[in-house]
Amino acid sequence: MRIGLALAELHRAENDLAQELLRVSERHRVDHETYHVARDVAAWSQRHVREVAEIGRRYGQDLDPEPEHESSLGRGLRDRASTLLGREGPAELLMLRDLRGVFTRASGVSVDWEMLAQAAQGVKHAELLALASRCHADTLRQVRWANARIKESSTQILVS
Amino acid sequence: MGRIDRIAEPWGTRTPYGRGEPWPARVDTMLDDGLVPDDVDRWVQSATILHSNGDGLDIAVKDDRIVGVRGRVQDRVNHGRLGPKDLYGWQANHSPDRLTRPLVRKDGELVEASWDEAMGRVVGRAQELLAEQGPSALGFYTSGQLFLEEYYTLGVVAHGGIGTNHVDGNTRLCTATAAAALKESFGCDGQPGSYTDVDHAEVIALFGHNMAETQSVLWARILDRLAGPNPPAVVCVDPRETPVARAATVHLAPRPGTNVALMNGLLHEIVVAHDWVDHDYVGRHTVGYEELAERLKDFPVERAAEICDVPADDLREAARLIGTTDHLLSTVLQGFYQSHQATAAAVQVNNVHLLRGMLGRPGCGVLQMNGQPTAENTRECGADGDLAGFRNWSNDAHVADLARVWNLDPMQIPHYSPPTHAMQMFRYAEDGSLRLLWVQATNPAVSLPELGRIRSILAQERLFLVVQDVFLTETAQLADVVLPAATWGEKTGTFTNVDRTVHLSEKAVDPPGEARADLDIFVDFAHRMGLQDKDGAPLVRWHDPESAFEAWKECSRGRPCDYTGLTYDRLRGGSGIQWPCTEEHPDGTERLYADGKFFAAPDYCESYGRDLVTGAPLEPTEYAAMNPEGRGVLKFAEYLVPHETPSEEFPLQLVTGRTLYHFHTRTKTGRVPQLQAAAPDVWVEVSAHDAAALGLEEGDLTEVSTPRGAVRAKVRVGGIRPGVVFLPFHYGYWDTDGGHAPDGTARAANELTLTDWDPCSKQPIFKTAAAAVRKVAPGGGVPAPAPTTTGSAPVTAGVPATVGGRAAEVDEDLTTEPPGRRR
Repeated sequence: MRIGLALAELHRAENDLAQELLRVSERHRVDHETYHVARDVAAWSQRHVREVAEIGRRYGQDLDPEPEHESSLGRGLRDRASTLLGREGPAELLMLRDLRGVFTRASGVSVDWEMLAQAAQGVKHAELLALASRCHADTLRQVRWANARIKESSTQILVS
Repeated sequence: MGRIDRIAEPWGTRTPYGRGEPWPARVDTMLDDGLVPDDVDRWVQSATILHSNGDGLDIAVKDDRIVGVRGRVQDRVNHGRLGPKDLYGWQANHSPDRLTRPLVRKDGELVEASWDEAMGRVVGRAQELLAEQGPSALGFYTSGQLFLEEYYTLGVVAHGGIGTNHVDGNTRLCTATAAAALKESFGCDGQPGSYTDVDHAEVIALFGHNMAETQSVLWARILDRLAGPNPPAVVCVDPRETPVARAATVHLAPRPGTNVALMNGLLHEIVVAHDWVDHDYVGRHTVGYEELAERLKDFPVERAAEICDVPADDLREAARLIGTTDHLLSTVLQGFYQSHQATAAAVQVNNVHLLRGMLGRPGCGVLQMNGQPTAENTRECGADGDLAGFRNWSNDAHVADLARVWNLDPMQIPHYSPPTHAMQMFRYAEDGSLRLLWVQATNPAVSLPELGRIRSILAQERLFLVVQDVFLTETAQLADVVLPAATWGEKTGTFTNVDRTVHLSEKAVDPPGEARADLDIFVDFAHRMGLQDKDGAPLVRWHDPESAFEAWKECSRGRPCDYTGLTYDRLRGGSGIQWPCTEEHPDGTERLYADGKFFAAPDYCESYGRDLVTGAPLEPTEYAAMNPEGRGVLKFAEYLVPHETPSEEFPLQLVTGRTLYHFHTRTKTGRVPQLQAAAPDVWVEVSAHDAAALGLEEGDLTEVSTPRGAVRAKVRVGGIRPGVVFLPFHYGYWDTDGGHAPDGTARAANELTLTDWDPCSKQPIFKTAAAAVRKVAPGGGVPAPAPTTTGSAPVTAGVPATVGGRAAEVDEDLTTEPPGRRR
């Protein structure tokens, strides 16, 4: 039985995704939709971290239910830097690269949830399956958001 | 015939009526001092232009000058009534400071120029940028105040001719969420209800909608029901004690930014706690019920009560009224649209009507409102960025169909991504990739959020700014080229109100000087640019309003907003007519969605919908799987905490809004003596509780600040929710020493608002900023310059009432027969 390992991996991956979303948010403070929505959907990953830690105890995992915190000092600096630099073209290119990073990372998390859902069905653990279905739906929305932002922004950024 | 001061009595004399009876007539007439109707040379048919109600009126002309207005008794919308802005607002046409010649910037100054020179500069720069960068360098930011023919032409020029995706209107600030919410729930824009639902409703619920001030004639209709036998119950959701709140059976005053929580609490009562659901209707005509019902289980009314800080019993009572009536009319406006989670909240109101099967029957309707007179046309003609005729940008067949109508290659029409919304256009101008911005009949230098940022974007050397307007607005003062436009009464065209009523507005007088109709400017631009269809013929093949209208009719054929049964002649003489109007329905269509039929089929719908939190559009296949039969869509929305919440430094919440006596940035109404005197300067509303805590009294000068800046305003101690302060957004700088920007102390509310928008509708958020208020100087007993007749009514005794005096006296004729009894 390797479900505990899969949960530990998801715990790490969701923490990483939340951190990445928060970093992308800070780096693109001048792109207001990216800034705000990235923070909103980072909260979903932070909730997943708590839920994975809780159910992980049943599979022998001692996972920290508290999501990793963003550094508030770093955040302030990055906020100011991104406001100053935001009027230059390269910041926009960087945003595309960052959104691509969110897309691939969230896609990885999506696959992790899929694997866990398969395992949950194998061991007939209804609660684990419900958790996986619920969280996977959120992850797919994160993937689609990153994809949509890329689709929306890339024409303007790449042709001008 | 009586005389009445309509500044002091904005809704006029009551004409009570009972449920199901026709609304009595009352003809309001205002003429220049000393004139009587017999002095008028001619009456020219039109409709009201300073709000979205679409009241039919006639313009009085004497010696080729506009001398007054009279409500059209035969019009279905107003039965002869007019609101204060309409009764006095026409005087702005005569202002001595109208723009009468084009202006171009030379050596840093705007100087007069010929039309040839001004248009030559615009066309020259546009062609330069097209050659250098392509269409992505050009953007058009239009209005909710032009006419249908003008928007349609603009859409053809921008989407079809230039091929840019950057087209939007200031309707983004007023009505984008109405359109977005209708698309989410019904697959397509298009107002379900009708104003006549007021005549039949048993319960009228107004969600964030201060109708008394935004659509004053529709509110008069409700007041007349309230004064008659078997009046409706009124539910009001608003943090301010508006006239609507004072008339309400139940008034819910939630914390700003918590509308979704409030709606989920109400829906929990309707769905989970009491099962007031029409299961037959839901089963046959909707998708999404199971998930909605499941997710609502987590939202009992107590949880909503805690988040919103509203008594749970009041929520229960509101839910009981909404949930048990057989005739429910709901209306929604800026309290939802300009707040956090705008679309998600507005969609929950649609959900109420889908769940209860209350659509398409007399007294059962939703009115997702808008603020401006012609905003509906901005939406349907595609001047808000959507494709003309409610076509779906992500449906290739719709793009091909539009290309057929315009005789273009489909590739020429940008449809690779959602249209660029206004806030994103300003972002592109900020990052330097949008280099020509053409603004028409709107004033972003006062109306957009975070004005310091907006001014810095508009003032950039690298941005070529064209402004087409009636006056030298704050925005026009920053322009490279200013084009003087004709306005209402000086040009012919049609426009469509909130409940789909189309009116013809005829030219009454010539525009001043060299000012030209917006339509003529667009057509001229198209010709100068040499815009062609795929066979080399001119792309814009029409030359005047009526030929433009005929072209639009073909574009609308077979779409939900079908105008093919209308002609200018049919619109002359009688009442406005509601679309869809076709050969089969020559008198128009009073209500959409009778019998649970929607415009939502995957191959017909305007939109596949978006994620209500992230705004990501659904893919065609996702939508087709979710809603193969084109039913109404029930969508749950999770509540999110607002992005800016009060802190120690900024402990209050700021909401901005409007007053009855002004329109937008006062470009017209600030030049009208009666309206200007009624609300002459900015004020800030504070509750008695906060006034006591801050040591403030009525009339004290304060500084209101947020992380973006500070403004100064005198205090009106009023009936607003404790912890919330209100600033009217109308007051900019054109009539101050600053000109286009503050000279010393600022007064524009949007200096303070934050740059954030609803990811789904892209409507900016004006109603959830954290703010602080401090006293600057005592008022010395002089009250704030705020009206006493409206949502800004004082709680302090002794504040003199707002009156207009003799100059504001209007004739009221209560003896005319209502339209239903004529013919």
